[in-house]
Amino acid sequence: MIKSSKIHIPPLYILIPTIFTAIIMILPLLYLITRSIEASADTWISLFSIRSLQTLGRSLLLMSTVTLMSLIIAIPLAWCTARTNLPMRKIWTILVILPLVMPSFIAAFLFTSALGPKGLLQNLLEKPFGVKELPGLEGLIGATIVLALLSYPYIFLAIRGSINNIDPSIEESAKALGKNSLKVFTTITLPHIKPALIAGSLFVALYTLSDFGAVSMMRYNTFTWTIYQQYGSVIDRSTSAALSIALVSTALIILILEQNIRGKEKYHRIGSGSSRKPKIINLGFWKYPITSFFVLIISAALIIPVSILVFWLFRGILNGESITLSLSTVLNSVIVSLIATLTTALLALVTAVKLIRYPSIMNRFMEPISFIGYALPGVVVGIALVFFGTRFAMPIYQSIFLLIIGYIILFFPVSLGIIRSSLMQINPRIEESAMSLKHNALSVLTKITIPLIKSGLLMSLSMVFLLTLKELPATLILGPLNFHTLATQVWSYSSEAYFAKSAFPSLLIIVLSIFPLTTIIWHDKRIYQ
Amino acid sequence: MNIRLKSFKLLLPIISILLIAGIACSDAAAEAREAANKRVADAEARAATAEAKVADTEARATAAEAKVADAEARATAAEAKVATAPATAPATANPGKLVVYSGRKESLVAPIIEQFASATGIDVQVKYGKTGAIAATILEEGKNSPADVFFAQDPGGLGAIAKAGMFQKIDTDTLNKVPTWAKSKEAQWVGLSGRARTVVYSTKNNISPEDLPASLEGFTDPKWKGRIGWPPTNGSFQAMVTAMRVQWGEEKTRTWLKGIISNEPKVYPKNTPTVAAAGAGEIDVGFVNHYYLHRFIAEEGEGFGARNHHLNSGDVGSLILVAGAGILDTSKNTGNAKKFLNFMLSPVAQQYFTGQTYEYPLVEGVKANPLLNPIDKINKPSIDMASLDDLAGTQKLLKEVGLLN
Repeated sequence: MIKSSKIHIPPLYILIPTIFTAIIMILPLLYLITRSIEASADTWISLFSIRSLQTLGRSLLLMSTVTLMSLIIAIPLAWCTARTNLPMRKIWTILVILPLVMPSFIAAFLFTSALGPKGLLQNLLEKPFGVKELPGLEGLIGATIVLALLSYPYIFLAIRGSINNIDPSIEESAKALGKNSLKVFTTITLPHIKPALIAGSLFVALYTLSDFGAVSMMRYNTFTWTIYQQYGSVIDRSTSAALSIALVSTALIILILEQNIRGKEKYHRIGSGSSRKPKIINLGFWKYPITSFFVLIISAALIIPVSILVFWLFRGILNGESITLSLSTVLNSVIVSLIATLTTALLALVTAVKLIRYPSIMNRFMEPISFIGYALPGVVVGIALVFFGTRFAMPIYQSIFLLIIGYIILFFPVSLGIIRSSLMQINPRIEESAMSLKHNALSVLTKITIPLIKSGLLMSLSMVFLLTLKELPATLILGPLNFHTLATQVWSYSSEAYFAKSAFPSLLIIVLSIFPLTTIIWHDKRIYQ
Repeated sequence: MNIRLKSFKLLLPIISILLIAGIACSDAAAEAREAANKRVADAEARAATAEAKVADTEARATAAEAKVADAEARATAAEAKVATAPATAPATANPGKLVVYSGRKESLVAPIIEQFASATGIDVQVKYGKTGAIAATILEEGKNSPADVFFAQDPGGLGAIAKAGMFQKIDTDTLNKVPTWAKSKEAQWVGLSGRARTVVYSTKNNISPEDLPASLEGFTDPKWKGRIGWPPTNGSFQAMVTAMRVQWGEEKTRTWLKGIISNEPKVYPKNTPTVAAAGAGEIDVGFVNHYYLHRFIAEEGEGFGARNHHLNSGDVGSLILVAGAGILDTSKNTGNAKKFLNFMLSPVAQQYFTGQTYEYPLVEGVKANPLLNPIDKINKPSIDMASLDDLAGTQKLLKEVGLLN
């Protein structure tokens, strides 16, 4: 037994990046406070009016329904791809993650074109079945379906790892004690993947709170939509700030709830012995309904929207439209996303180590602050950095540095969430024993910790990469002059109804995001040998 | 397992090749475009000529008239060259730069901005975004704003900057090129192109113009229940409501809004999905700007299931709104900014707006695209753009009737 009192003082290379992260994460909050002080009494009164409370209620309701529906989709998908003899599991694993790469501002439009009252599906059904009109995909139900289809992969990804990491001997012992498969699932598996479930749900919840694209297309009036309206025709920055503070407070309450639910349980293996492959469950007849469920989800979330894009593209080419895209746009997208991704992952790794291995009072503030960016609408983060950039950092204003800081604020939470949950599954004793063998903290980090959480790290890299690739509002506001990315091109064309021209960059975003994701999953040796 | 792995390994190079090929193609296209840019002043002026020719041929179908129009357009192209030539001649050493913040989409205005750059040699740097977000950006930047020109989609965004006192006065010569209704009374900004409010009706649902009332008021009739679509959060829509308040007064506007609301209209986030919904037959009519329809027809062909109708009663249903621009008072390139505004009001640029983006030219003597209803046939209300600055009042009203939060 090694007394490890020393490791409670973090070294500088941990402390400095953590403090840097805390500072940039807090910038949007400082801006919002500055601006909301200017808000008139009327604004504050209207913030607490019945109407705003109703809007907030709608945001919370949508958040719950989206999270619930995402769980309902993700848990069976994750369990079946990890633990059963479902045919083509590896292919399914990749396919079910892909809806994540659809930019929500175009996905919602694609969904309505496909599933709207007079959409593509209705056209297909009209001749054979005489369907004249489908029930409109709108409001709470429409927004829930679209957002759940775009965000269930967060939960899928979060729990996939931990389903595989469960020590099979625990489940087998339960089986030996006479419990059936369902009982084992609910009493052993579910509690074990609880932290991952919570982490995934948290992302879905925060993502839903900050989404603008889908709710505006589905005409479901949420808090974030109201914030975007302030930047519409009347530019009311103080009202927007007051609303954003209300949104952030809501997110903070959710984060504190999450901290309490998560509790202080330990999730790593304690005993000796090595983890081995869990037994594969034979689905038997259930194979068919389960495969149909997979096909249904994939068609709705991936095949239909991508087909529409391909259709637009070919219709345009056949009409003789010139579809061009400059290489610099593609390079801008890839390079900026790569830099943002690497920086974010590095900061997240260091912060995760600080949070888990060096408990201190600071952590209690650090945790919720780290996650705020994900609940903030991109436009708010963008304008906040304009405020600070032009006042205190003019040399980096309208350079990619400030843009990358914007991306870090927005997507650091995703990276941190994934890395933190991988780190939590490593027994600190392993690191401590390495310490005792005359390794310093840095070499423990690089030689022990990083290799152990490699798959989590890679996953966080590919997630931030794809999120950055499709980010729009902050990119528009913070990007340098004459700077284009794939996302800005998609928006520029699609919002003026140049559908064929918008399809090419959209498809390129999808293809570029698919690469890292599929490669990681394909090479993940722990599964499917 | 092995087979699958193999198929993946096979697939990988194929995907990579496709990707590289795609990028290479686009690169080649970009290079080609750059090469074309070098001759852009000439080529585009010629293109404008050709366009005018085609336009007129279509419109009148008489060769003689087409020739006249051709000559006219050629003359205007030459004029534009003359207009920019003296400006560039003394400054050939260093024409300097210009920073434009554009709330208008790149897909619409990039070609004409490029043409300005190559005609004058000015290094034009552009930031594209949404008009509202750009206005908010300029407000936050304050004195440190790098922007010289704010090119906005609607008078609302321009009004926000004018109200903050961040524009400088525009030269009278420039202002005089457009009609009085299309500019700021305090010379803060000038309209550059016109867009008409219109009723888009669904031909897919067999609606024809005869079925439509003469005025927007007619749509409060219960027979329109469940058949209307509108985008109440859209800037142009709100500008229309502001115009209603100017023309009709607060009370009548509220009554109209409530009348439409009781007909349970479908709410869309902006113009594009509203027009798409009319084309798909989800709604029978929608209240939108006119030019989206032409984009849809260009995209989907003549079979697209909707058309525009301009209401004829002279009420705000056929209001003409403008997209416009102003020069920031912190501009370090005021001279170039002025050149920019003058260029956008030159016949070449005006011809571009109507030919390529289906908008109405604001400068006299430039013919509107024959696909559009001629502006003088639209019975537009006599409302100044400058009187549309009370957007806050409009939003208050929209909140009151429950259309906004």
